[in-house]
Parts: sequence; structure tokens; C-alpha cells
Amino acid sequence: MMFRRVGDECVARFVPEVVDVLRQCLAELAAMISNDPDPDDPAVERLFPDVYPEDPAQEAEFRRFTEDDLRSAKLDQAKTMLADLLDSGGEVRLADERADLWLRALTDVRLVLGTRLGVEDDTDLEAEIDAAVGRNPSSAHVRQLTVYQYLTELQGSLVEALIG
Amino acid sequence: MVGMAAPQTVPVQTPDVGEVPDVDRAWVTIVWNDPVNLMSYVTWVLQKLFGYSRDKAEKLMLDVHHKGKAIVSSGARERMEYDATRLHGYGLWATVDQP
Repeated sequence: MMFRRVGDECVARFVPEVVDVLRQCLAELAAMISNDPDPDDPAVERLFPDVYPEDPAQEAEFRRFTEDDLRSAKLDQAKTMLADLLDSGGEVRLADERADLWLRALTDVRLVLGTRLGVEDDTDLEAEIDAAVGRNPSSAHVRQLTVYQYLTELQGSLVEALIG
Repeated sequence: MVGMAAPQTVPVQTPDVGEVPDVDRAWVTIVWNDPVNLMSYVTWVLQKLFGYSRDKAEKLMLDVHHKGKAIVSSGARERMEYDATRLHGYGLWATVDQP
């Protein structure tokens, strides 16, 4: 379920349940980016941070010229990763350039999920999951935390596989 | 690098290293710490986008991690805006400033 280096490629095999989870995350990300993102949503702020946080006028001017491109790039990479997954039949083989794209898409998914979950620098994910399971093992919160943890490991494995 | 008397040697795939900062009005690109991005990923992005060595990228990443931020490039303003946008494409939190 994690990536490893095989020759020139980064390779991973996903069971259908995991493909479903990844597909759902990417579809949600794509929907969020394409449906007129709410600029006050903290997850949107994190995907599209201010370049000039202390100068609103300059920031607005900068965004006017750059935001559409950044948004379509993020949308494209989410959709490409989604298509790769659906075409893969479970086994994904990524050349380096494609691995680069997957890393970017995975990052965006994790940024959104991590922001929603309120992940902080000192967050102990294992402890959070244990506590959430204690409250209600079948809650959406447990599921989100578990997915986030899995995506973190998956991304880490892809970085390692890519560096070789 | 400007101002070197020795003949230029062939650069090894370092398109973004050695840009000449405008010393009078240098702008900087700053990467800020965030709780989501992996240390290994941030190091890799800095190597990839700026052509930095692994050591240099790792040092910058650790600065981001421990000090909360690090200057990852400096130079002309337009170039810094370009760098910040590329960093945002990779999900890093970057701003542009003129210190």
C-alpha cells in the first residue's frame, strides 16, 4: 500500500477500498477548487496563501494575475492523479515527473484535511486517533484522522521512492 | 556568479542557483513553517525548485521547522513572486517581502 522504487518508477499497489478513499479525497479537493472557493475558508487560505499578507492592495493585484493559473494547476493535478488511480486497476507505476505531480496533489489533499482536523505541529496523531476511537470507533472523525495518517505515510513513501 | 575572473565552468543543472540579488532593493521569498508538510517533502521541493544541494535544502528546511521561517531565495521582485507561486504550487506556504 506504500510506494517503493522499482527501476525508473515509483510503484504502489492499492486495494479497492484504498482506491475509493483516495478517489473520494481527490474528488472533494477538485470540487472545492473548482466551485468558487470561499476565500475565508482556512483550507482555501492554506491552498492559496497570500504572497503579500501585510499589503491587501498589492495582494489583490498579485492574485488578479496569478490565482487562476494556480487554481487550474491544482485542479489539473488532482484530476490527473484521480484518472491515474482509476486507470490503474490498483497497481500504480509512476515515472519521476508523474510522481512529482502526485506529490503535489497529495500535499493539497493533506493540507485541506489537516486544516479541517486542526492538525498542529505538536499533534500526536496516534493519541488523537485513540481518543477518537474511545469516544466512537465508527465516527467520521476517526475515519478522517485515519485517512490523514495514511496519506501522510503514503506521501512519505513516495518522497523516499522518488529520491531513491 | 558575476564578478568572477576565472573562466566560467559548466554549471551542473542549477538553473536557479546563482541568481544575482539586486543588492540595493533585494526582495526575498520566505517559506513559513506549517504542521502538515513533511520534512522530507519540503527538502525535496527546495532542491527541485531552486537546484539547491541536499545539504543546503535540508538546512533551510530545518530553519523553517525550528525558527518558523526561512529565506529561500532573494533577488528581483518579479523573480520572488514567481518563486512564491511555484512554492504554492507545491503546497508550501511562501510569502514575498522586502526586508
